[in-house]
Amino acid sequence: MTISIDPQKTNNESLQPKGWIRYFSFSLDHKVIGIQYLVCGFLFYLIGGTLASAIRIELASPMSDFMPRDVYNQVLTLHGTIMIFLWIVPVVNGAFGNYLIPFYVGARDMAFPRLNAVAFWLIPPSGLMLVASYFVEGAAQAGWTAYPPLSITTPQSGQIIWILSVLLLGGSSIFGGINFIATIIKLRRPGLKLMQLPMYCWAMLGTSLLVVLSTPVLAGTLILLSFDIIANTGFFNPVLGGNVVVYQHLFWFYSHPAVYIMVLPAFGLVSEILPVHARKPLFGYTTMVFSIMGIVVLGLVVWAHHMFTSGTPPWMRLFFTIATAFIAVPTGIKFFNWVATLWGGKISINSAILFSCGFIINFVFGGITGVALAQVPFDIHVHDTYFVVAHFHYIVYGGTVFIIFSSIYHWFPKVTGKMLNEKLGILHFIITFIGFNLCFAPQHWLGLNGMPRRVAEYDPQFQFVNQISSLGALLMAISTIPFLINVFLSVRNGKNAGDNPWNALTPEWLTSSPPPVENWAGEAPLVEEPYGYGKEISEQK
Amino acid sequence: MTTLDSSKEIQKNNSEINETHEDFRMFGLITFLIADGMTFAGFFAAYLTYKAVNPLPDGAIYELELPIPTLNTILLLVSSATFHKAGKALLKDKNSDSQKWLFFTAFLGIIFLICQLFEYFHLPFGLTDNLFASTFYALTGFHGLHVTLGTLMILIIAWQSRINGGRLTSQNMFPLEAVELYWHFVDGIWVVLFIILYLL
Repeated sequence: MTISIDPQKTNNESLQPKGWIRYFSFSLDHKVIGIQYLVCGFLFYLIGGTLASAIRIELASPMSDFMPRDVYNQVLTLHGTIMIFLWIVPVVNGAFGNYLIPFYVGARDMAFPRLNAVAFWLIPPSGLMLVASYFVEGAAQAGWTAYPPLSITTPQSGQIIWILSVLLLGGSSIFGGINFIATIIKLRRPGLKLMQLPMYCWAMLGTSLLVVLSTPVLAGTLILLSFDIIANTGFFNPVLGGNVVVYQHLFWFYSHPAVYIMVLPAFGLVSEILPVHARKPLFGYTTMVFSIMGIVVLGLVVWAHHMFTSGTPPWMRLFFTIATAFIAVPTGIKFFNWVATLWGGKISINSAILFSCGFIINFVFGGITGVALAQVPFDIHVHDTYFVVAHFHYIVYGGTVFIIFSSIYHWFPKVTGKMLNEKLGILHFIITFIGFNLCFAPQHWLGLNGMPRRVAEYDPQFQFVNQISSLGALLMAISTIPFLINVFLSVRNGKNAGDNPWNALTPEWLTSSPPPVENWAGEAPLVEEPYGYGKEISEQK
Repeated sequence: MTTLDSSKEIQKNNSEINETHEDFRMFGLITFLIADGMTFAGFFAAYLTYKAVNPLPDGAIYELELPIPTLNTILLLVSSATFHKAGKALLKDKNSDSQKWLFFTAFLGIIFLICQLFEYFHLPFGLTDNLFASTFYALTGFHGLHVTLGTLMILIIAWQSRINGGRLTSQNMFPLEAVELYWHFVDGIWVVLFIILYLL
């Protein structure tokens, strides 16, 4: 059966609001939705960043003098939840996925445009609800993991609002995942083979599979948890015969894949950015594809390495240690492929590639501590210390957020038709890179020496190192200023970019900047070699 | 270089192209049902773990009677068959037959829900009595919610398949096919649930 696209209907859709007002409407255009995701996510990033600054101010001194201890718990819970569910997941999947995937598969829009708009519009209300829960009776205090019995015994209203908000965001994420799978598999332009797709498509396909398979489990778990809180059942309450470890298993069955949901799209994006600025084909396309799919499969069977101190039996420890160590193999393949892509290339030093290289450096460091944490004896030593905090931030900030900025520098000319200022961009990179490493590298030392995470007060011997870390956080906060100035100045008076300022070969650069409503004038181009750099242009189809 | 004018022109050109593409709504629905199935998989995993590692306190009541759930299983299996009949009838343009089969399927769904409520009211344990009771109500309740939604959707498409002015015809089978797939899915989940919860 086929559906014909009704010209009448297409006309109606082009009658949707024009100009800036369309970003506040229920727009069905995948490019508008992508920008909605990005800007909405960035606003929440500013909120989450403010909370992070509050945490670092508090930790600059060993006593809890900046805020009361329960407020500290609320702040760290909101910080974690906002950064994960409202900034990284929506931006690295929703924003770039919506903007780029239809171009990459040669389509005029996503497979289900209305579902797409619904998925976005679930985010602002649930985010506002989450932030507003602070003013009700205090926000949730149990951390982003919401482990019972802590989440059952802390004040209820904040925790319930937290659960509702995460359920809505999970729904949004599932709708997005369904849309990406259908778009990549079903909506490809005729003649375009799977193995000719740009790498970001593969990354989003893998990510969406993880979203569809694991997010519903989190939803079910949180429903059971809300029963425990509201209806006084005992699923996870040991006093009533329940089992807290079951919660941990179900939670990490989602939340370990969630790490890959946050980082796989970044792998895809960096694989798009490096070849363009190094003027070389992506090294090892096929191995990249198989390592992404390998990570997807392995990512679903490693969750219990978060629970080595939860009374896991020896066979479980053995299995999950080995499975986790195996993930280093596909990840290592990708790392070497990126380095090989850069090797001998004509690299132009600009903000996009600087952030990408920053990503490679930070990510390999986070990856090494990740392999270390998979080893049971070491993990038991540093469990729930600042070592874990440092490892985690090296992956999601040093990894994914660096790539988000890199992608903004790379695709800004496509979205707006204007170039970003390179000097401000490089300044942004230098402050971010120094601030980030200054903030999180010392936390490895803190963790190894036994400073626990999620506690407002600490032993005075750790004060000096904590102050270095807080200084780094201050630099990270400052680093957003040149970025924001850059974006505002460039949108108004930036240099005109032209259609293809980087001379890139991927399909989104083969249309005008900014692209027209249905992406292409006439038929979509067939790009058989998205990474065919270094050959004569005439050879390209 | 682009100006606003040229992008408007492109837009105009595009709206004149009448393109066709494959219908992938069913593909999207299947993906969604896999996701939904994972929620149930999580619940089943939790239930089986509890059964294995969390012994109930002495004197806890967890006896289940089989007649009503067995009847419910038969009801749902029959309803899957009647739904299939409705699709066959619609394919042959026998809209009123199709509508009758749909109403009959919805009727079976409603009977299922009534039986389920009857069972709830006559069980010797309540939601918070013990861990088994809680998981029992969570699992059957979540499934019952799916049956309720399914029944409502069947009633809607039954209304849409009316002869004069109905949208559901042999040319527009998708609503029926989609609800049918969903209904078979809910039935399948029930069979698994029946085996794990009542028979195991």
